[in-house]
Amino acid sequence: MQDAVLAMLAKEPSHGYHLHARLRRSLGPLGESMNRGQIYVTLARLERAGLVVCERADGLPERPERKVYALTPAGQQRVAAWLAEVGWPKPDLAEFHLKLAAAAAARLADPVELVAAQRRELLRRLREVQQAALAEPAGSGAGLLLEGVVLRLQADLRWLDACERAWSKVDDEVEDG
Amino acid sequence: MNVSSAAVRVCGLVKTHGQGQSRVRAVDEVDLEVPQGQMLAVMGPSGCGKSTLLHLLGGLERPTGGEVWVAGRRIDTLSERALARLRRQSVGYIFQAFHLVEELSAAENVELPALLAGRSRRQARRRASLLLERVGLAARARHLPSQLSGGQRQRVAVARALVNDPLVVLADEPTGNLGTAATLDVLRIFEELRSTGQTFVIVTHDERVAATADRLVSMRDGMFVDDTRLSGSHTRGLGGLIGLEG
Repeated sequence: MQDAVLAMLAKEPSHGYHLHARLRRSLGPLGESMNRGQIYVTLARLERAGLVVCERADGLPERPERKVYALTPAGQQRVAAWLAEVGWPKPDLAEFHLKLAAAAAARLADPVELVAAQRRELLRRLREVQQAALAEPAGSGAGLLLEGVVLRLQADLRWLDACERAWSKVDDEVEDG
Repeated sequence: MNVSSAAVRVCGLVKTHGQGQSRVRAVDEVDLEVPQGQMLAVMGPSGCGKSTLLHLLGGLERPTGGEVWVAGRRIDTLSERALARLRRQSVGYIFQAFHLVEELSAAENVELPALLAGRSRRQARRRASLLLERVGLAARARHLPSQLSGGQRQRVAVARALVNDPLVVLADEPTGNLGTAATLDVLRIFEELRSTGQTFVIVTHDERVAATADRLVSMRDGMFVDDTRLSGSHTRGLGGLIGLEG
């Protein structure tokens, strides 16, 4: 969030409410829960870190807010570094993987059942995200983001299929032998 | 749930294929009720019996045992003729390979089942043009299937499945031959049909297709192993999915 807000200021100095509106537009339905307060908290942190400065500007009567935020040279460097950084959002699979192994080892729960419960939950989320994605007009930026979330959920569901196959086999072997 | 509100209902359904040693139970004692207006997805690995189940629901095959009811009427004991009439009038089919008549235009393909069901030429034409418009193909009505993309062909097939206002639409891997963009076009139409209360049973491998449904059953070895309601869970909000909180 901090990096994204900082990078938005690279275009021009801006008000908090304007940054909030730009974020909401880019995120579409995924950004609905974000409130303006979060932006101000982020801007305050960035200011304390010396990455932005806050200037008072003469506000218009219909826009009483007067604070305009701008990047400092340190802020500009940080934006350049962020854009050049290559990151990979870590999928959080290890925890679930370990849960299955531990449940099976202690005979506390049936791993196949745990997989089924997880699949039900992911499918409900997929349904929700997909409905939002299909409702976006063609070419919408928010639609593109939703498509990314859909594809990740789909990948997770396929991995769960592999988990189910593997743990069902373990069950069969225990029963047979 | 009372029986009359179910569009499709089966109980104790069994279908075996083959003889003697190689005899397999493709569908093994399945009970299922699909209420009117529900969109149901059936998922499972290849060979789990899901396509056979769909054929039994639509009267394309007869069960070895058990009962099939469509619109409050038992269909597994009907005569061939009565069954054919029911298939024409109450059931719409969508197949993986589209099954359009190659010599007929898109509009004629959509009109055909209406004419077979005894509608007038005028009625059939009006209905077909309405449906082609609904699936976004009004401008392609005169094209032959060979002049259409896979996604467009499947949309024609969807329009055809709807032409007689079927009680239930049965779809077998409807996006199995389609790329991502064409799949999305079809899903958009399914989503619209769902919101208008069309009863639908879709057999699919594709999680995205399954996720348009209200309910999902999973099949393994001819039996249901899971039955999940997917609708009505809008509690978390979408923001949580991309980690904006925190």
